[in-house]
Amino acid sequence: MRLVVQAGPFDLGAESTAFATGAVGAGAVVTFTGIVRDNGGTLAAMEIEHYPGMTERAIAAIMDEAQARWHLIDALVIHRHGRLVGGEAIMMVATAAPHRADAFAAAEFLMDYLKSRAPFWKKELGRDGASWVAAKDEDEAALNRW
Amino acid sequence: MIEVLYFAWVRERIGLPRERIETRAATVADLIAELSAREDRYAMAFADLASLRVALDQELSSFDAPLAGVREVAFFPPMTGG
Repeated sequence: MRLVVQAGPFDLGAESTAFATGAVGAGAVVTFTGIVRDNGGTLAAMEIEHYPGMTERAIAAIMDEAQARWHLIDALVIHRHGRLVGGEAIMMVATAAPHRADAFAAAEFLMDYLKSRAPFWKKELGRDGASWVAAKDEDEAALNRW
Repeated sequence: MIEVLYFAWVRERIGLPRERIETRAATVADLIAELSAREDRYAMAFADLASLRVALDQELSSFDAPLAGVREVAFFPPMTGG
């Protein structure tokens, strides 16, 4: 398992290839990439604040839980913080498993938990000022299915 | 002494990212009451507990949790990762 929290961009292609190549024995690799929406061109930038230390601990705990629940060969989470613009990749999740059901389920689980349990906060800087992105009820509700 | 951290709009309302506080508060709720009584900016930040979360030593916790042995308390809004 690998967990990276960083300000700078990551190379989606290189990360995906390295992950798939390293997952010896896998029959399925699922990758998800989160992209900054530009809100129809109104977003100037997004600032992502995080809680150094707790961020890594929280994500590691979520990854451990995923490994306990599904038969995974490997998992990867990369999450950025700092200032990003529309179209940039914020984060990626990759899971590798012998079979695709485990890889898909674990990737969705990781995403659901990263949304509501990893200490990141997004602020949108638009033409009309800045506002913190509010957590959605459905994001919290999504945790109940696990 | 306890290290208190604030994130996102909680940090903006209070006007600082962290501070060291000398307190005898027994629980998180007691600490919130103590801070809120200090100055309006704290009272405003802590006005709606339903929109706040708390972590004790970097683990999500609850407002009725005891502070005994805790070194770091963090207050922040619901998280928006991913």
